[in-house]
Amino acid sequence: MNGSSLHIDWTRCDGRGLCTELLPHLLVRDDWGYPLAADPSLEDKSNVPLAPDDGPAAAEAAALCPRLALAIVQRRD
Amino acid sequence: MKTSAVAAGPATGSGPVGNDRLFAAGEYAGYHNHLDAYGPLAAHLSGPGLIGELEVSGLTGRGGAAFPVWQKMAAVASSRTAGAVVVGNGAEGEPLSFKDNMLLQHAPHLVLDGLLAAAGAVRASRLYLYSQEPGLAPVRRALTERTDAGKVRLVPAPDTFVAGEASAVLNAIRTGTAVPVDRTQRLSETGLHGRPTLVHNVETLAHIGLIARFGAAWFRTAGTARDPGTRLISVSGDVPAATVLEVPGDVPVENVLRAAQADPDTLSAVLAGGYHGQWAAPSGARLSAAGPERQTIRPGAGVLFALGRQHCGLAATADVVNYLASQSARQCGPCRFGLPALADAWDQLAAGHGGPRLLRELQRLGLLTAGRGACHHPDGTVRMAASALEFFAEDVRLHLAGGCNRQEGTP
Repeated sequence: MNGSSLHIDWTRCDGRGLCTELLPHLLVRDDWGYPLAADPSLEDKSNVPLAPDDGPAAAEAAALCPRLALAIVQRRD
Repeated sequence: MKTSAVAAGPATGSGPVGNDRLFAAGEYAGYHNHLDAYGPLAAHLSGPGLIGELEVSGLTGRGGAAFPVWQKMAAVASSRTAGAVVVGNGAEGEPLSFKDNMLLQHAPHLVLDGLLAAAGAVRASRLYLYSQEPGLAPVRRALTERTDAGKVRLVPAPDTFVAGEASAVLNAIRTGTAVPVDRTQRLSETGLHGRPTLVHNVETLAHIGLIARFGAAWFRTAGTARDPGTRLISVSGDVPAATVLEVPGDVPVENVLRAAQADPDTLSAVLAGGYHGQWAAPSGARLSAAGPERQTIRPGAGVLFALGRQHCGLAATADVVNYLASQSARQCGPCRFGLPALADAWDQLAAGHGGPRLLRELQRLGLLTAGRGACHHPDGTVRMAASALEFFAEDVRLHLAGGCNRQEGTP
């Protein structure tokens, strides 16, 4: 399957939570405030698959992340 | 600590016979003894042809992941970017592992041979050997004995658990700080300074140094079709003396314990593979990089830790989880906060507090922590802890009810 994913750089993220407000159907917050993929069955929890409709909101989240911890990457599976 | 290897006679050109391969040049082997035992590196296998030979050999990585060695090298060799980098990784942050240091002490030339052969196969222009200082000293001495390894640069590793993770290795070489780095591309494509980069464990390199001489068919004369060759195992815990053994692939776990002078019947479990490994029975399964679950245990980083029947496996696991939590690089939130939370829950389980809801909390914290970091430290920790819940299920039941029928603590 091809498509894009939202990659979370955990070394940068410090759980400000902006992405979870912009992408509430994709990301929730964990016990400590860090973004957690809303889909519990997801294997790769650092690369959250994006549907075509998610594109603009995901791009906004990546651009607005105060820690620059998000990137849109092409999936290579 | 003694190695199991017995010095073999002069090389016959067909390689050491039996399972004593890596230490066949004897203790603290200098270049002279090294060449006496193994002969020179074969020229026809020192170029790109070596990758095909390694594919036939079936050699897998000996640092933990057991990935096919040839595949990593083929990826680097096929990169369109020139100036590849090869790193020998001897950072042995795993507290239960001491085989890499043993190898560097006694067979530094074999490791250097493998580094040079691998570099030739992927046309690398930069070569590094990375290890804690005790492992670098014999390599530094070895480099003064030969003229073909002048390009090899030695880089010291700190004594931390994550220092040997591949991205941490490259970070240490580049910046001096050995913490993992977020990656969206493979190291074989974009590694050190954007160059295609190959990182192999030092024992893996030593096997390459032998396959480059004696070929794949010789390599396969030890072990089995699904797990060919030999591997080093650091055996520790409830054994008379901690020791490094060279064993054939696919060896019954009880044979390794007996070779370490331990009686499997006095043990309740082994932790195989290391702190990121799995708990398993001390007999009945084989240590193999491949094969069906329950019949085979993954050797991981070549670790076998024996737990005597008098010790509580849950207390031992709690100790390990606490240690691993302390070894988080504290860069990634889910690891930084999740592992200490997991360790607290394990302390409660080990102490017999917590009650029936604790099990669900342990599983919830595992799901919350695994897979959410730049490296696999949280994943490996959660996997090891999950294997303890499964293997020590009867002890878990007793502990949740507030009891324990063993003394606490780790050997």
